[in-house]
Amino acid sequence: MLNRYPLWKYLLILVILVVGLIYSLPNLFPADPAIQVSNAQGDALDERQLTRVEEALNENGIEIKAIEQENGQWLIRLQNNDDQLNARDIATDVLGNQASVALNLAEATPSWLQAFSASPMTLGLDLRGGVHFLLEVDMDAALTQRLEVNASAMRELLRGERIRYRNTEVAERSLSIDFASAEDRDTARRLISRDFPDFDYSSEGDGRTSRLVMSLSDQTVNEIQDYAVNQNLTTLRNRVDELGVAEPMVQRQGPSQIVVELPGIQDTVAAKRIVGATANLEFRLEARNDTPDMETEQHTFRNDPSRTAELMRDVIITGDSVSSASHSFDENGRPQVNINLDGTGGTLMNRATRTNIGRNMAVLFIEHKSEDRVEIDPETGAETVIREPYVERGLISLATIQSALGNSFRITGLDSPTEAAELALLLRSGSLAAPIYFVQERTIGPSLGAENIERGLLSVQIGLLLVVIFMLVRYKVFGIFANIALALNLTLLIAVMSMLGATLTLPGIAGIVLTLGMAVDANVLIFERIREELRNGLSIQQAIHAGYERAFTSIVDANITTLLVAVILFSIGTGPVKGFAVTLSIGILTSMFTALLVTRAMVNLTYGSKPVKKLWI
Amino acid sequence: MKPLSHLRIDFMGRRNLAFVVSAAMLIVSIGAILFQQLNLGLDFTGGTLVEVRYSVAPSLDAIRQLLESSGFQDVSVQTFGASTEVLIRLQQAFDPEVGNEVVNLLRAEGDSVTLVRAEFVGAQVGEQLRDQSGLGMMVALGIVMLYVAFRFQYKFAIGALFALLHDVIIVVGVFALFQLDFNLTVLAAILAVIGYSLNDTIVVYDRIRETIRTSRIDDMPQIFNEAINATLSRTLATSGTTMLVLLALLLLGGDMIENFAIALLIGVVVGTFSSIYISGALLIPLKLSREDLIPTKKEVDEEEEELP
Repeated sequence: MLNRYPLWKYLLILVILVVGLIYSLPNLFPADPAIQVSNAQGDALDERQLTRVEEALNENGIEIKAIEQENGQWLIRLQNNDDQLNARDIATDVLGNQASVALNLAEATPSWLQAFSASPMTLGLDLRGGVHFLLEVDMDAALTQRLEVNASAMRELLRGERIRYRNTEVAERSLSIDFASAEDRDTARRLISRDFPDFDYSSEGDGRTSRLVMSLSDQTVNEIQDYAVNQNLTTLRNRVDELGVAEPMVQRQGPSQIVVELPGIQDTVAAKRIVGATANLEFRLEARNDTPDMETEQHTFRNDPSRTAELMRDVIITGDSVSSASHSFDENGRPQVNINLDGTGGTLMNRATRTNIGRNMAVLFIEHKSEDRVEIDPETGAETVIREPYVERGLISLATIQSALGNSFRITGLDSPTEAAELALLLRSGSLAAPIYFVQERTIGPSLGAENIERGLLSVQIGLLLVVIFMLVRYKVFGIFANIALALNLTLLIAVMSMLGATLTLPGIAGIVLTLGMAVDANVLIFERIREELRNGLSIQQAIHAGYERAFTSIVDANITTLLVAVILFSIGTGPVKGFAVTLSIGILTSMFTALLVTRAMVNLTYGSKPVKKLWI
Repeated sequence: MKPLSHLRIDFMGRRNLAFVVSAAMLIVSIGAILFQQLNLGLDFTGGTLVEVRYSVAPSLDAIRQLLESSGFQDVSVQTFGASTEVLIRLQQAFDPEVGNEVVNLLRAEGDSVTLVRAEFVGAQVGEQLRDQSGLGMMVALGIVMLYVAFRFQYKFAIGALFALLHDVIIVVGVFALFQLDFNLTVLAAILAVIGYSLNDTIVVYDRIRETIRTSRIDDMPQIFNEAINATLSRTLATSGTTMLVLLALLLLGGDMIENFAIALLIGVVVGTFSSIYISGALLIPLKLSREDLIPTKKEVDEEEEELP
């Protein structure tokens, strides 16, 4: 029978639409600007102090929406966005040092929606602002790390050439190796200088105190530092924007600093952990009993500080050689990280494990941390914060090499699934070329002016309205179908983007509206085809059927080609390109669903298997 | 609007004129891109960051307007931590004087302003993004060509590729020619143009393929005319709705989405033109014949049976 759908199709469409509705609904409840008040210990303030804050806010004409207690803290929800900073300043003035006042975006999603873990999209830096982190790249560490890598390579070179050396020492900008004789040193100097042209070489001492000192030229130092900042920029970009829909901003500031701005001001602790994490891995062999002491290092296990192991100082590979990493669970349900190495890493790993079957290999977890210590000048009483960087190294696994390892393998020994997920993310996004430290953390207002935002939103609404009117005028009853489909399309698009945790920016909104403008294309194709078939003399039911059927190949071909572009842009592109590709792909899929299935369902319900005299199209 | 569908416009008869127009636009665009270059925005070039402290909370819009009227480009003004601290980003090559210049301007308004710091900020878009996006485009184009060649025929793939390049080059060319601000939003618009242009091209191709199969005549230009006339009302309706949206964005949307709308408006106009005269008309010099489509006929018939 023509133009009838089986019941299950109607039900399927209904289910998809209901799910879409649930997950898009939270966007109707935008988060409230709020200030969070607690005393210095993080407990709730007493009512009297709170009343004083409330009075002060009222006096300054700041409208309070609600005051509620949450986790022992008071949350004062405000009516207007613009008041938030003022309100915080006022509350700080009233309470003085006894309390801490912080900005917050209080979620307003009703609890029954939260039960579906539905949450709204974050508003972007341009519309709402967010947090601003200023990070300092540790330039000295960048140099030391480079020197250590070079030292390790030099030791291998010397061992390969059977030249005896005694000790390697890494200083701030230089590297020195002690030799047993001047001849050894001179041969070594010749060999090393061939492979490492960036150093300035000088020979010191004689005989048993022979020493080769290699220092970095100023130009090389600059290059290394520049590289470190740029590498860190790339890594941070990858970290904060895995899916490409978070719309963060990462940029270099001054010679050695990096700014990271993230939209929204919720859960800065988690954001900080990911941004600032400096975790990396090193794969090393366990030392043999006969290995000389100067080639070994002792390390403790992370989850059991009483256990230690003697490891070789030389590193097989570091996390830098990881090309992809994911987290999962092993057969026993313990968290694990699956690792794929790049070409060079795979070769190095294979070479090292092939000749060492039966020995133990260790996975060392390295993290750069820093501790702030406040020092008070005894004379002036001025406080200065001194940051002391330190490195934490711990073994996460020590396992026997059963066979030669290749490009892909897995590591276990992690504490929790969260840790496995974070480690996988860090390995995937690349490690930091040098440790970074937080210098400043502030909230930042929207980068667009209020007027700009208003105009942008207005234009988007009018654009959408024009499309709706156009469809109504041109296709009458079918225009109504198309407009309902359009509304559902918008709902689904918003639902999927909310589920992905996408961030909404003004250009993003314009992009969505444009996708909708293009999404009516599928319906236009179908409706024009129905008109055409009617003119060609088909009966009404046949014309509807033929219209949908003949337009189908055009629609599918056109959308699949565009979808192909979007998928490729997503897999290769970065940052904003990726975000656009995500929106485009979702838009194509939802618009195909609504334009083909949903309008057809409505048409079938209205006209299917009934005598119809005239089609209002 | 009904008479539109009975129109018999001889599109192919004027194809040589269209080729000349396209060639001229392409030459101007490529020339502009090469010699004038794009006027890249703050997102791509980086600039200067100035942090200032006011004694009383200022109006951000006023600061923005003041700086823009004093000749600074691409100004972004945000509160920073407190309502009295303001962070200003400018697309201005960093030199130590910029900070004082800005502060003096702001002081001239009678506010008490102190400079906290002025520093250079790098581009928001790294070189990595630039290189990878370029590579991404190439791969995307290659795969789309393969798909079109598989679904239609390789001559169609060549036509689609030329149409796509034509549209993108002209949009970028207009931005270079008029030195419009090219930022990340415009980049997104260009990606949308690619999607739009492909969509248009494939719809026209689909109809050409269908007409070739059903028509009894062998005169390709006439078949193309028939196919393009048949899709004309759809083409105009779709570009019409899209342009309605874009005009609303352009006229009412403010600075932020102005360039986004311009890029897409040009893209939609050029894309509609190219779906007829580049992707369609190019098939004639490529000597597309009915035989080119016969081998795939069986496969498509099979697919149609699966339709809902």
